[in-house]
Formats: sequence, structure tokens, C-alpha cells
Amino acid sequence: MPARDYIRERFFPHMWCPGCGHGIVLNGLVHAIENIGLKKNDIVMVSGIGCSSRIAGYMDFHTLHTIHGRALAFAIGVKMSRPDLTLLVPMGDGDALSIGGNHFIHACRRNIDMTAIVMNNRVYGMTGGQYSPLSGHGTMATTAPYTNIDQAFDIVSMATAAGATFVARATAYHVQQLPNILEEAIRHKGFSVVEVMTPCPTYFGRKNKEGSAVNMMDNLKTRTTPIGSKAKQENPSLIERGVFVKKELPEYCAEYQRIVEQAMKGK
Amino acid sequence: MGGELRFVQGNEACVEGAMYAGLDFFAGYPITPSTEIAELLASRLPLKGGKFLQMEDEIASICAIIGASLTGNKVMTATSGPGFSLMQEGLGYAIMAEIPCVIVDVQRGGPSTGLPTKVSQGDVNQARWGVHGDHAIVALTASNHQDVFSITVDAFNFSETYRTPVILLFDEVIGHMRERLKIPEPGEIPLVERLKTSVKEGVDYHPYLQREDGRLPMSDFGGVHRYNVTGLFHDMWGFPSEKPSVVHELMRHLVDKIDHHVDKMARYREYFIEDAEMLLISYGSSARSALHMVTDRRQHGERVGLLELQTLWPFPAAVVREKTRNARYVVVVEMNMGQMLQPVKAAVEKPERVFLANRVDGVLITPADILNILRLIQGKGV
Repeated sequence: MPARDYIRERFFPHMWCPGCGHGIVLNGLVHAIENIGLKKNDIVMVSGIGCSSRIAGYMDFHTLHTIHGRALAFAIGVKMSRPDLTLLVPMGDGDALSIGGNHFIHACRRNIDMTAIVMNNRVYGMTGGQYSPLSGHGTMATTAPYTNIDQAFDIVSMATAAGATFVARATAYHVQQLPNILEEAIRHKGFSVVEVMTPCPTYFGRKNKEGSAVNMMDNLKTRTTPIGSKAKQENPSLIERGVFVKKELPEYCAEYQRIVEQAMKGK
Repeated sequence: MGGELRFVQGNEACVEGAMYAGLDFFAGYPITPSTEIAELLASRLPLKGGKFLQMEDEIASICAIIGASLTGNKVMTATSGPGFSLMQEGLGYAIMAEIPCVIVDVQRGGPSTGLPTKVSQGDVNQARWGVHGDHAIVALTASNHQDVFSITVDAFNFSETYRTPVILLFDEVIGHMRERLKIPEPGEIPLVERLKTSVKEGVDYHPYLQREDGRLPMSDFGGVHRYNVTGLFHDMWGFPSEKPSVVHELMRHLVDKIDHHVDKMARYREYFIEDAEMLLISYGSSARSALHMVTDRRQHGERVGLLELQTLWPFPAAVVREKTRNARYVVVVEMNMGQMLQPVKAAVEKPERVFLANRVDGVLITPADILNILRLIQGKGV
């Protein structure tokens, strides 16, 4: 199917700024879904609030645009009642890890079969450039006019510690790798987390003097490296990308089905 | 089992009512005095292939049931005041997106952690106005376990009929007290099933296009029609819209679909109202004390009556106006600082004749408490 068959063209043009990385994530998702051969009717996309969350409206799936931070909680309700459906949950960094942080770690812990995509642009874009829990120490934001003293989360470490059975990091620059990682995450039976580093030239870039959208793209290239690369040993400040965790654990819906069978047997 | 006679807690009567109504999915978080509802459903739901989830908090609980309802399930969550506060944002979402769900609030003393194990009726206004923004709401209650059962079935029926969340506002005494419950036979209480769309696969389906009667036929989420659901103001496709005409029409629809059916949703009981000079208005566990006192005073020839409200919201103003017409005094009996007093005053012809008999110390108001206040109103002293 051509890519345009997966989107709702009548709702374009989209509302993302020029140079935003979110559209690249949309494109990566379309290719991943195309490769797997999923039917549009079998996909539910649940999103929260923020620039990233608008992705749900643009895609021609069953789409649920919810409340800030709660996308995973809604998604769990959908998945538990229809385990046959494929659940995709795109979120922003503030959405997933600040207001939605508690839902995020508990979804990881339950290992329910869905794919959480954290579109990390290190800023609250929709509200105009406030610092997020991913902005990091020393960054600037409209709410950190002197400097940001908050330390950042590491999404990969956090998801791993919370028990996610698939954890990966990709970037909006590496457009070949992105659909492959998303495909692997969607195919994984269990809770998958994919952090996608995406540029926000409008707010994060401007406030932190990162230069043009092209410069920010280039930064994603020069500041990241494949997991375990020689470059990482030489320069520990590089951010690793690739698949960090891939393990098998009992999946939540399947486990609940066993509870149902056990209850019915004893009836 | 239909026809079965049981000796149960009110929380259990609520569970029985929910199962009778066809509950498929429950998500909740432990909180006194509602926890028995979750405990019972954890064992009951898997027996019918239903789903029970203990979530990380009350916010997640209401979000999970909304997601499950969209796919075509009858859903419920249960909590108490503090958890109900956390559920307000999900409740607002269900109102806006018009998703049927039932929320049980077994009230305890508040604000804050308050009095976890003691009775209160302090959430009447939280039920009405806890959600930000203009909206209509349905909140029901009951004073005995047979009524808890049937009002729970009503809650599911209203929720499906009007595609709206419905709040069951019980209290600690009702939730924990034990009394007799006769489970009705299947079919004895009619059940409302979800109105499904007749639009065929491949034909453009408008999830938010009302029928002439204001109802929205639904297509199960994850089924043959792909559509968008949002908490933003939205058009007939479910897509965000800021167009003033779309916003205005949706706001009117959300309020009118409840307010235009107040009479259909008005549930109440009346005792000795006909010739009552002194009319008590009460609900929930305080209505038990009110009824006890009224029955007792009737034996002494006093013309006292009771109007017991089961539908609190939308407020049945016409019923209250009609029933209070002949009363010299109206006394609202409740366990809060007068939350039902205000709508009653607004509904009656002579608001200066409306008084409050309340207790707010975590103890069930007694028939003697009510009688004392009655004597004061009559100018007879205590």
C-alpha cells in the first residue's frame, strides 16, 4: 500500500512546525506497519496531549486522543478487552515521563503487549517551550530563563529498570534504522518502548542555540552512536542507539486469560 | 442466581446489580470504604470471561474503563472521595467523548484523607461540579440494599441510553451495613444494551452525528469503522474543531441530552407525603433515619412525611416542587453542610420554609437528632 493510504489526507496539512521531527516518526511508523503487513482495522493508536499526540489524528487507524499523560492507561483498557488488536501509543517526553510517569513505569512492569513510542524533543512544545524532564541540567527554557537545574531522566534506563521487555532508542535522523526498530518493537510480544530523539528547532533549538533545523538534525548524527561502538568507548558522552533490551516474559493479556480459564474450571 | 435470598453488604449489593446489568470490565484502586467492590469483582468477573484490573491509581482506573467501554463493554470503577477527586479528569473526558461508564463513590468524611472509615455525604457537589467546564451529570443513590441493586442496574441503563458516565453516590453506612437482598430473576429488571450503528463496513460512519432523538449509535472501537475520539471539542467525525457553531452545538447537546430527560431519570420514594405538614427530604443512609423517625411520629399522630431522593443529579426540581407544595416546613436531612439544601431551596415555592437537619461528625444522623431539630423548627425546644 502506498504511504498515503495510511494517513487521513483530509486533515492535512499537519500542525507541526517546519523542521519538527514528529513527521519523520509518522513516516517511520507507516513503513514499519507496511513491512509487517498489518491491516488498518487491526491497529489502535492511543495518544495523550502535546505536539506528538496529534499524530493519532493524522493516521487512518482506530485513533484515541486522550488526556495529558494517560494514554497508556486508556490503551490498557482497550488492549485488555481486545487482545487481538495491535496497540501503538505515541507520546511526548513530558507526556510520557512527567505527568504520565507513573502510568509509564507500571505499564512497563505489567508487560502488556503494546508499543510505546516516546518522541523525545526535550521540551514542552505545544505550550511554548518550557523545560521537560528530558531537557537536562544546564539547558534553557521559557521556565528556566537563567538555567535548568533539573537532571534529566534516561528513558532507556528507566524503561529497563521498570521491566519493559523491549527497549530501544532511535533518532529522527537515522531514517533507515527508525522503521526497522519500530517494526521489531511492534512484532515483540510484550511491552515495547522506543525512544525517538526528535528535534524541536522552534523551541528547544532556539532557546539552546542549536542553530537551524538542519543543524539539529546533524547533531542527532554526531551526538549518537550504535550500541557498543568503538566511538562510544572513545567518547562516553555519545548517546547510544539501537535495541538495548529484548527478552521474553509472560504477557499480561495471555496471563489474564489463564486466570479466566482457572476461574471457569473451578466453577 | 435469580430469586436467591442473600444477606449482604451494600457494596456487595452493588456488585450483584452490576453483574445483573451485564458488567464486563472493572478497573480500580483500593480505597476504604469501597474496596469490597473491587475484591468481589476480582473473583466474580473471570467466571464469566470478564476482566478485572487493579491499576496504579484512580486516574488510570477510570482511563482504563473508558478504553474498555469504547470497544463495546459495560464497565465500572469504584472508589471513595479522595479517589473520586483523582477521577475527575477522566470523568470529564467520558462526558466530552460520550462514553458510557459507571463510577461508584462510596462516600467517607472529607476533605482530604478525612475520615476514611466514617460516613459522610460530602461528595454530592463534587459529583455535580468536580469536573471543570460546563456539563450535565447523572448521580444516583439509594438507602437500602434492594434499592442499591436496582439503582445500580438503572445506572448502567442510563449510561447506555444517554452515552454518559453515571455516578453511584453511596456512603459508608450503606456500603458496609448488612441486610437482606433478593436477587431479581433474569428479565425482571429490563436492561438497556448499547445502541449500535447500522452503517455498513466501507460506508462513511460519523461517530458523533446524532439521530433525531439526540442519541448516538456507536460502532465498537477496533471494529469495522475507523474513527477518532478526543476530549477536544469535535465535529461529527470526532475530529478536533474550534469552529464556534460546532463548539456551541456540542455544548448544548452534552447538556440537553441529560437536562431534557430529568423526568425519565427521576427516581424517588415517598412516605406519608399526602397530608404532611412537616416534609423531610433525604437520601442514602440518612434517609433510613428519616424514615424511622417519620414512621415513629406517625404513630403519635404527627403529620410528618418523607421524600427520599434516589436521583440527585440531574436534580428533580419539578418533583420536589410538587411534593413540597402542601408542606408547612421542609427539612433536608443530610450528612454534609447542606449540599442538597441549596437545590431544594431553589426548587420550592417558599425557600424560607426550608431547613437543614445535618450531622458532620462521621456518625450516622439518628432519628432522635432529626426529631430534636424538628422541635426547634416548631419552636417547641428540645
